[in-house]
Amino acid sequence: SPQVVWSMLGNRQFCSYKMTTKTQNFCRNEYNLTGLCNRSSCPLANSQYATVREEKGRCYLYMKTIERAAFPRRLWERVLLSKNYEKALEEIDENLIYWPRFIRHKCKQRFTKITQYLIRIRKLTLKRQRKLVPLRRKLERRENRREEKALIAAQLDNAIEKELLERLKQDTYGDIYNFPIHAFDKALQQQDAESESESDAEREEEEDDDEEDVNKREFVEAEDSELSDFEDMDKLETSSEEEQEEEEEVEEKASHSKSKGKTPLKGPARRKRPYIEIEYEEETEPSTKTKAA
Amino acid sequence: AGDARGPVPGDGTGPPAPERVLFPPTFSVSEIKNKQRRHFMFLRWKQQQRKEKLALKKKRRKEREALGDKAPPKAIPKTIENQRVYDETTVDPNDEEVAFDEATDEFAPYFNRQTVPKILITTSDRPRGRTVRFCEQLATVIPNSHVYYRRGLALKRIIPQCIARDFTDLIVINEDRKIPNGLVLSHLPDGPTAHFRMSSVRLRKEIKRKGKEPTEHVPEVILNNFTTRLGHSIGRMFAALFPHDPQFIGRQVATFHNQRDYIFFRFHRYIFKSEKKVGIQELGPRFTLKLRSLQKGTFDSKFGEYEWIHKRREMDTSRRKFHL
Repeated sequence: SPQVVWSMLGNRQFCSYKMTTKTQNFCRNEYNLTGLCNRSSCPLANSQYATVREEKGRCYLYMKTIERAAFPRRLWERVLLSKNYEKALEEIDENLIYWPRFIRHKCKQRFTKITQYLIRIRKLTLKRQRKLVPLRRKLERRENRREEKALIAAQLDNAIEKELLERLKQDTYGDIYNFPIHAFDKALQQQDAESESESDAEREEEEDDDEEDVNKREFVEAEDSELSDFEDMDKLETSSEEEQEEEEEVEEKASHSKSKGKTPLKGPARRKRPYIEIEYEEETEPSTKTKAA
Repeated sequence: AGDARGPVPGDGTGPPAPERVLFPPTFSVSEIKNKQRRHFMFLRWKQQQRKEKLALKKKRRKEREALGDKAPPKAIPKTIENQRVYDETTVDPNDEEVAFDEATDEFAPYFNRQTVPKILITTSDRPRGRTVRFCEQLATVIPNSHVYYRRGLALKRIIPQCIARDFTDLIVINEDRKIPNGLVLSHLPDGPTAHFRMSSVRLRKEIKRKGKEPTEHVPEVILNNFTTRLGHSIGRMFAALFPHDPQFIGRQVATFHNQRDYIFFRFHRYIFKSEKKVGIQELGPRFTLKLRSLQKGTFDSKFGEYEWIHKRREMDTSRRKFHL
């Protein structure tokens, strides 16, 4: 009899459907009406019981009566409820007429809840659904490592600088940057291409002249010492770049002279002949980091 | 190997290592059972190897100097870029077919200066702080771009609206666990859609030695290393984001550098210190992209026609093969 069953399962002995938590007991039985473990909602301990369950979007009313208690296969009777909400409620009432109020009420409540969540499911499937793609740990790690190595191989700063200088050379910037040496340089290259031997001879003559100029250094110093300050040289002005500088031998002397401070003029010695020889400024000055305003 | 083991240390501080340790021929360091001794012998062996290697190097250098001019040229070290598997879709700069294709594809109106780029930047649902800030910074970097937040709108419905309002490009930044990790770049009037995986995103405040804010000037664009056909189309996609005429007064440059299929984005300000030296200073956010798929039409994940998808099992078989 149900009382005995309840006194065994409910309180004292073990019920495999029972789940206890700190505040409540739950019943995991699939035919349970409320989901709690109570005397009135235990499907095992009540000989007359009913539930509403849904399968594939359709709701069914399951009923159990004492007469069929001996036939477990036929124990639960199933009735399909209509899709219409009000009609289904009437059907529940019809089928559970003369049944205890509690079971009727709870069945209707459960049915309401089920229809509500079915509606929500249908609505959500129409909207876009977020697809969760699991990350693969090995792949992530591999890609991160390869990215780091690619970054090192890329040498981004160098590549960007090279590209910018290329663009400068090819005149994409037009007249914005006035590096007149650039234009002279092109002309000079053309000259060199045409007559190499002549330029070699000239260079030899130059060197002789250098030495002569170095010997004549006193004369030069008296005239030009006020003009050329070493401080001016340090600033990166285009005018300073236009100053004609010597080749490497004299250049080294110049660097020595700078380090000593005020010394006789050895750096950019002014030529007395109307002859233009343009050399590039070597990187001996400390490069100041210019903050772009 | 019984007793012929060479000098064995008694308590770890044995006799100093001799110049040349003689090992009997059938001896291997791994056979010693005692871990301490084994370790010691291994170190000794390693030192010996290093000495031999150094001696070999010196010898070779002497030979090279002795030969002088007649020395064989130095061997070029092998790098991954050197050893790259030749891709048959590499674009030859003189290729007419490619030139013709590029004149008639979806970017032709941009490159013919018929359209001005107008970008819409948005995110996935409910963006978190980092993503929001990243979107803002991206909007300052790309001129003529607008950020709109998505509140549960379907992309398919946004796209016709964007086309109606004359947007040329759509960027969607996908977010996962509060950091941006994906980028969908879609060229709007039925242009190709590229889906990237985004990584190492650095906001402006996280970049060291950065300069001031990027100004409103139109930056220049540098596209490096996009060699294959696929790379070319992606490169053109990136170029189409920026207006055609850069303002050189601004001195800003946006770089998309492709290296081994990773596209690095940097935003710099440059200054020419002399005609052979340029200084660059990084402003702006930086991130890296890796292409996942390229789709022919606008964004449509189910029915779209994919031009290229990254298939891991087929494409990741060789370490020297790159697709961009």
